[in-house]
Amino acid sequence: MPLLWLIVIVTALAAAGFFAGRARALQSAGGNIRDLHSLPSYYGWNVALKALVPAGGLLLVWLLAQPLYVNATVSATLPEAAIAEGSSRDLLMAEVRRTAAGLDSAVAQGLLSADEARDPQADPDAVSERLKEAGQIITSQITRPILDAAQMFRAMNATGALIMDFAVLAAALAGLGFGLRETQREFRARNTVEQGVRALLLAAASIAILTTLGIVLSLVFNTWEFFRLYPATDFFFGTTWAPSFSGRGGASELGILPLLWGTIYISIVALTFSVPVGLFSAIYLSEYATPRVRSVVKPLLEVLAGIPTIVYGLFALLTVGPLLVGVFGKDGLNIMQSGTAVMTAGLVMGIMLIPFVSSLSDDIINAVPQSLRDGSYGLGATQSETIRQVVLPAALPGIVGAILLAASRAIGETMIVVLGAGAAARLSLNPFEAMTTITAKIVSQLTGDADFASPEALVAFALGMTLFVLTLGLNVFALYIVRKYREQYE
Amino acid sequence: MYDALHRQKEVDVNEIKIAARGVQVHYGDNHAIKDVDVDIEDKTVTAFIGPSGCGKSTFLRCLNRMNDTIPICRVEGSILLDGEDIYDKRVDPVQLRAKVGMVFQKPNPFPKSIYDNIAYGPRIHGMARNKAELDEIVERALRRGAIWEEVKDRLNAPGTGLSGGQQQRLCIARAIATEPEVLLMDEPCSALDPIATAQVEELIDELRENYSVVIVTHSMQQAARVSQRTAFFHLGNLVEFGDTSTIFTNPEDPRTESYITGRIG
Ligand SMILES: Nc1ncnc2c1ncn2[C@@H]1O[C@H](COP(=O)(O)OP(=O)(O)OP(=O)(O)O)[C@@H](O)[C@H]1O
Ligand SMILES: [Mg+2]
Repeated sequence: MPLLWLIVIVTALAAAGFFAGRARALQSAGGNIRDLHSLPSYYGWNVALKALVPAGGLLLVWLLAQPLYVNATVSATLPEAAIAEGSSRDLLMAEVRRTAAGLDSAVAQGLLSADEARDPQADPDAVSERLKEAGQIITSQITRPILDAAQMFRAMNATGALIMDFAVLAAALAGLGFGLRETQREFRARNTVEQGVRALLLAAASIAILTTLGIVLSLVFNTWEFFRLYPATDFFFGTTWAPSFSGRGGASELGILPLLWGTIYISIVALTFSVPVGLFSAIYLSEYATPRVRSVVKPLLEVLAGIPTIVYGLFALLTVGPLLVGVFGKDGLNIMQSGTAVMTAGLVMGIMLIPFVSSLSDDIINAVPQSLRDGSYGLGATQSETIRQVVLPAALPGIVGAILLAASRAIGETMIVVLGAGAAARLSLNPFEAMTTITAKIVSQLTGDADFASPEALVAFALGMTLFVLTLGLNVFALYIVRKYREQYE
Repeated sequence: MYDALHRQKEVDVNEIKIAARGVQVHYGDNHAIKDVDVDIEDKTVTAFIGPSGCGKSTFLRCLNRMNDTIPICRVEGSILLDGEDIYDKRVDPVQLRAKVGMVFQKPNPFPKSIYDNIAYGPRIHGMARNKAELDEIVERALRRGAIWEEVKDRLNAPGTGLSGGQQQRLCIARAIATEPEVLLMDEPCSALDPIATAQVEELIDELRENYSVVIVTHSMQQAARVSQRTAFFHLGNLVEFGDTSTIFTNPEDPRTESYITGRIG
């Protein structure tokens, strides 16, 4: 039975449970709602939740656990001899899974009968032929052990799915029955449902927290792994970034400093451009613009914020780069070699950040109470005096927060850098030279055939970790500033 | 009607500082002030009384063009300050407000230190040539605002950290630090305890020697104590205007009488 059907049936059971529970509660009170402990719909929800939640939980756990179990069992049956030289059990299992998937879809398309796919006597070469004809991707010729394992894999999955269907349905029915049995006049349905809802909310919150924790842990472990292969001092203080791509030999130099410098330099250029422009446009919009101008300009700015960064990258590559070369290149001041440079990426990133800064600052400036402005005007201050000396100081904590958020985004930006700043890791002060950033290098280290045991690939995690610590530090700093200021003035 | 009253008390009548004629205020479709004529005399305290929502604050805000900051607000009629129409195109509202200061209904200290709150006006008007002079102005304003003793040890603490009543006195001190010719006070004592109220009333009495003060109040006793002239507003109309003593002892209009005896709320 397909998964969707199972979900639909369980949901239908829960819905039926809702109405049955409600009716039963009313009946037990002789139709008089005031005799019930809780409102009737709480009894319904109680039954529905009891039918839905355990069954759903079981389904989820089963779906996660079954592949692991089947994989491990099948993998254990693979004979040592079947593992080719230079390969591993995991690679072979990947082949097994591919074959099993190939068989599945061949059967689904009717190119292979179900019996043929199951036949233990089937000739592996013949099966390979058939699968290739059917357009299935199998990387090598299927061998006897692989075919056996694949058939076992399919069989176990099929049985597992069948048992799961029954188990989930049984859980749903049991929950339904249990819920209906306890539905009585005196049963505290409201308290039970509210506790249940609280548990669900808690579960949702913990998923977010656990995922974050998982990401951080995976970063930490892989970074640790990297530092076992590559000395940490060379990574943090090395001034050369020159990974060797063959993956052999220790010729790689993986110093983070050029990348870190590129990241910071490009972010600084982006912020020096976007913070004043964004802030000034926010001040104009919130203090000077008429409501009509505001109602046109603000959505326009927000459209700018919705453009995907790859489009900004193209803009950098095709428009801003050549433009800058025209002015600073050979025909002009002759300090710029090619269109990809820190300046190009920084300017375009600045454009990307303008709506970000201005939209946040605009909201913050608008939140400054009118009574403060009135107070200032009442003392004979002009509008600009009021803005500079009353409105902006009052909005400062929020504005600092907005700027630091923008900085976080600048540090994490990838596509604009890839297309606008070039790929050369370089320590230089010249903003018209090509440089690259941590994010761009993470991408280039992991694209293509990456061997995840080599320092050249693992370095990506160390880079990611550095980036994470950097942005985390920035956010903590933002909070600190905001809080300090608050203490002083509120 | 009040011409007669004026003639009676001719001895007390000072020069007219602000003369309002036929003032009408609309907030969009809401007609908040209906054809009001008032004379605010120099070196006099004028009290505006009336039930909530009758337009006292609105009319007060017309006198220094604070209503300019409300886009939907429309003011008609003429208001003359020293014989010059303040709604004339040539008048700069910023300069006007330096002359006609204001204390608001809700305390609104700036998110700055106590010192900077007071020094704000004197600084933007260039009233002090050096730090010592500014210090002197700040101290004098705080003393007259009856708050010096409480804050003299923490002039650098934020003004927003004071209690509501202290904040209100800070705002009063801030307004008088710029030495306005007319001071408009919108319920300045609504957040104050009796002691601070008495101090502010004393201050108002003192200010009367040099300035003209307009005070909005909900307290009949306060109006009777501090003011020489009283205007009674009702539903946007100026019902009665005259000597405070006459208004409180011998009102002409039955609405005034019911209000001051507590029958209109
Ligand atoms: N900013 C505004 N926008 C629209 N209408 C306003 C505004 N301010 C006041 N009004 C309206 O103008 C009328 C008079 O209000 P105003 O604040 O002058 O009353 P008030 O006499 O000061 O009352 P209170 O004693 O409660 O302070 C009210 O009907 C009010 O709804
Ligand atoms: Mg008012």
